[in-house]
Amino acid sequence: MAAAVIALPLAGAAFLLFFGKRMSKASAYIASGAIALSFLSGLILFFRMLGEPGEERSFVMKVYDWVNVGGIHGNGELLLDPLSIVMVLVVTGVGTLIHVYSIGYMEGDPRYSRFFAYLNLFCAAMLILVLADNLLLLFVGWEGVGLCSYLLIGFWFEREVAAGAAKKAFIVNRIGDFSFLLGIFLIADEIGSLSVTEINAGAATMGTTLATVGALLLFGGATGKSAQIPLYVWLPDAMEGPTPVSALIHAATMVTAGVYVVVRFSPLFVAGGTTALTVVAWIGALTALWAALMAAFEYDIKRVLAYSTISQLGYMFIASGVAGYSIGIFHLVTHAFFKALLFLGAGAVMHALAGETDMRKMGGLRRAMPVVGLTFAAGWLAISGIFPFAGFWSKDAILAVAWEQGEYALWALGLLTAALTAFYMSRMYFRVFEGDLEVPEGIHVHDAPRTMAVALVSLGALSVVGGFFNLPGVLTLEHFLAPVLGEPEVPHGVIAWALAGAALVVAFAGIFVARALYLQPEGDARRERLEKTAPWFVGAARSKFYVDEFYGRAIVAPGKAFAGFCADIFDKRVLDGLVNGVAWVVNGVSSKGRHVQTGYVRNYAVIFLLGVVVIASFMFLRVGV
Amino acid sequence: MGLNTPEIELLGIAPEIALVVGALFILIVDAIIGEGGNKWHLWILSTIALGVSIFLAVQAWGSNELQMGDMIAVDGFAAFVKITLAVFALLTVWLSRSYLHRDGIEESEFYGLLLFAVAGMMLMASAADLIMVFLALETFSLALYVLVGFRRTSLTGQESAMKYFLLGAFSSTFLLLGIAFVYGAIGSTQMYGSSAAGAGAQGIATALVSLPAGEFTLLVIATGLLVVGLGFKVAAVPFHMWTPDAYQGAPSPVTGFMAAATKLAGFAALIRLLDAILFPLRGDWRPLVIGIAVLTMVVGSVLAVVQEDLKRLLAYSSIAHAGFVFTGIIASNDRGVSGSLFYLATYGITVLGAFAVIAVLGGRDERRTTVDDFRGLFYESPLLAGALTLFLLSLAGVPATVGFVGKLVVFGAAVEAGYSWLVVVGVLASAVAAFFYLKVLVVMYMQERQEGAEPATSGYGGLATGVIGLAALATVALGLYWSPLIDFAERATFFFSAGG
Repeated sequence: MAAAVIALPLAGAAFLLFFGKRMSKASAYIASGAIALSFLSGLILFFRMLGEPGEERSFVMKVYDWVNVGGIHGNGELLLDPLSIVMVLVVTGVGTLIHVYSIGYMEGDPRYSRFFAYLNLFCAAMLILVLADNLLLLFVGWEGVGLCSYLLIGFWFEREVAAGAAKKAFIVNRIGDFSFLLGIFLIADEIGSLSVTEINAGAATMGTTLATVGALLLFGGATGKSAQIPLYVWLPDAMEGPTPVSALIHAATMVTAGVYVVVRFSPLFVAGGTTALTVVAWIGALTALWAALMAAFEYDIKRVLAYSTISQLGYMFIASGVAGYSIGIFHLVTHAFFKALLFLGAGAVMHALAGETDMRKMGGLRRAMPVVGLTFAAGWLAISGIFPFAGFWSKDAILAVAWEQGEYALWALGLLTAALTAFYMSRMYFRVFEGDLEVPEGIHVHDAPRTMAVALVSLGALSVVGGFFNLPGVLTLEHFLAPVLGEPEVPHGVIAWALAGAALVVAFAGIFVARALYLQPEGDARRERLEKTAPWFVGAARSKFYVDEFYGRAIVAPGKAFAGFCADIFDKRVLDGLVNGVAWVVNGVSSKGRHVQTGYVRNYAVIFLLGVVVIASFMFLRVGV
Repeated sequence: MGLNTPEIELLGIAPEIALVVGALFILIVDAIIGEGGNKWHLWILSTIALGVSIFLAVQAWGSNELQMGDMIAVDGFAAFVKITLAVFALLTVWLSRSYLHRDGIEESEFYGLLLFAVAGMMLMASAADLIMVFLALETFSLALYVLVGFRRTSLTGQESAMKYFLLGAFSSTFLLLGIAFVYGAIGSTQMYGSSAAGAGAQGIATALVSLPAGEFTLLVIATGLLVVGLGFKVAAVPFHMWTPDAYQGAPSPVTGFMAAATKLAGFAALIRLLDAILFPLRGDWRPLVIGIAVLTMVVGSVLAVVQEDLKRLLAYSSIAHAGFVFTGIIASNDRGVSGSLFYLATYGITVLGAFAVIAVLGGRDERRTTVDDFRGLFYESPLLAGALTLFLLSLAGVPATVGFVGKLVVFGAAVEAGYSWLVVVGVLASAVAAFFYLKVLVVMYMQERQEGAEPATSGYGGLATGVIGLAALATVALGLYWSPLIDFAERATFFFSAGG
């Protein structure tokens, strides 16, 4: 059954890659059907798991004996436990909705079936990642999602920016992957096993230093895939891909892989004492704030959402860093709902406005496209953390657990980010959907087509009620995850109420400021005055704080120079010279050697006899006759 | 008074008996039906005979005894080799059917000879007496001499058969000399020694236990001569000179069969002798075999580089592959034996597939077998080119094909036994070898088809295509999921032993 979860989308992808061209429209339904069935299998597994008592909800299933070298077993084993089933449900559930949405969104694309093949392939890889009971297999999924991400960002590769963005994403991720691989090697060497369960069980025996190094190496991979400082730069550019891709891969699922890995290997992170977890939490908090700052100055609706994704992923790392693993997963789930929703809503806007993404050219769209406007509003309130929407519960829980751990600085950073989040999301919502109707010329605005609306409404509903999966006091999700992740310590009583109140207050403050600057008629004048107070800061923020430029000068340029040296001088002169030299020698020997093969039997017999004489003499000498 | 008549048990040689009966039956049926007709019954009968033979070989799986007056060992090792040989023969029969039919070669005796050859090869695997080894070797060699020259109208065919025959006879003398030395040393030619209680006949194995350590002189010298005699059959350097000529001149299906089955049969006897019987003397034979292995790997790989005929190229490649198998033998541990068996089985399938493609593409009378004739093949028949690509990559040992796994296991065994430097030589040799396999690929994919070249696949039956497809499938499937065959080979390292 667990294998079927993976096999269904994989089969769909294989089928569509081979036969997709001939069936155009039907390919969308095949792909959607495959992932929907996969979701259904996931549900059945989930309910079956619910039937078991809490401690017996982890199963390891051996599908296939894969690699067995030198005592290291890399078997095709799947680990089915509460954590992986939650991930499976998120991936397949959100995945299904996005498949359905794409039926309408991608209509008329010349590579229609190819798109769905990639989407299916991505889901299969992601499912391998979350279900693997083995670092090697997990790495297969890890690289698989990276590949699909590359293929889908560059799906419209005719456009140079898209091709460039795909390359950037792939290369930046490779840097993280390198760290991840080193981590795998270290763990394999120290623990002598690649199995997730055995690594977690044996983490304590590694010694503090090595466990810290191993954990940080894995986390290095996570910063790549989950777009954290310093490797976040690829995600905003990744928005060049089709919007459903941004929603599925670059918001809801793939980018959470890093969070999943940290949570999955939490015993390893804990085994290293506090260092590794502190690094995780602080990287998360700084990324959250940093990305939120840039989001507040961005005009491209998809890029705002991309920065917002980076920022929200930061929250998940804060949660993991203060040992609130199940809360991190909780935020992962709610974020998957509302961020997928926001992206799909943005996609619907672009769909209606012929691909326009600049929010300065939009306004008042709520009346022109009510379904999109309404569902987008739900997503906006959810991410801003307004009671009782999904984001409120999960974000509040993260801040609360940080407070309880005594990490007041982290808590403050998180709170500041929450205010900024409410601000930039409101800015976007007000600009695009409120105010006077404003669209680029010559465009007839239409609401989302049926398939797209289905996905939007479902995700909208989930964004409203998603928080109820883990209400304080009931804690359904936390209890479900507890056998794997333990129960986080959270504040109770007055403090809990006060913290929730504070979060709510800053959220409303953010919205209020945005309203004052963007919705009210005096907003333009106020903004101008504000920008004059610190023009250098505004300029820097608009240029994304020159991080891309810095990387270009400090890393890419020297790297290119070195590569140029290797390719043009070292490779061509030294290595090729060596290789060609060897080939020349072998060829010479071979040409000479063939003359021995005269074709005369007598010559053959002579050589034969020579061989016998040598052997016989050797044997005689050996026995000393 | 009276003669000691050995007890006749037939289970041990039942697979061979089935083949011999089948071969005789084929000859009789053919004589009765006479000329004309398309003779479909011949390959059907061969298939049935081989099927029965496989069935009987499987029956012997799990036995552990000496039969026929201690001449025949019935054990897991023999069963594995016999089953594999029969599979090779099946593929060859199906391929030959199309080949002979296209080229208008009289097929009557062909199948009979092929089945006799397989019967002889099977006996090699079971032989527990050196005389039996010699008989088995001559049985299959005689059949092969004829098969190599089966294209009666082809001069090169005649020439190669003659060369193979002369040198074969030459090498047999050394094998016989080796057997004589063994007899001189221990007074019998048996490998194991008598299993009958109180009979007291010496065998090599018992002699190695009972004789004092200084008395092995003759046995050591005999070992060298036995290696020469058997090394000839597996094309070990410097006894390999016949290989390129015979492989080029023989009909392609026969060449494939020789590369796959003759090697397996020769190595089966070598493995039993060296890794089971003469294991206590490994200190003496290892340096010798290591020398042969290094020479074989290097000479085979290097000389293949300048070959222009694809059949000759694969002949040299088969020499190099024999060298790789030797590394497993040198390891002489369980992994080495099972690795060698695995290597031989999978190499056989791959090389059969490669020669099947050549048989199809060579055209009538095999006029087009040079590398140049394969120019731009991909653009004319992509499937055949794809299959050949797969076989060549597997021969080169590229991962995801079974050739990689084979090298991995034999080299792994050699490393385990402490011969890392030998593995380094082997890897370097296979790097050289990769060059000429890739050369063929370059020609197939990156060069234009010759103007006015005749279509590649004229008049060829679906049977041959099926053989190619099966071999290609096995090459990939076993390359990805090899554990069943490895498990099978590991259980086949079970040799007869008196104790259990």
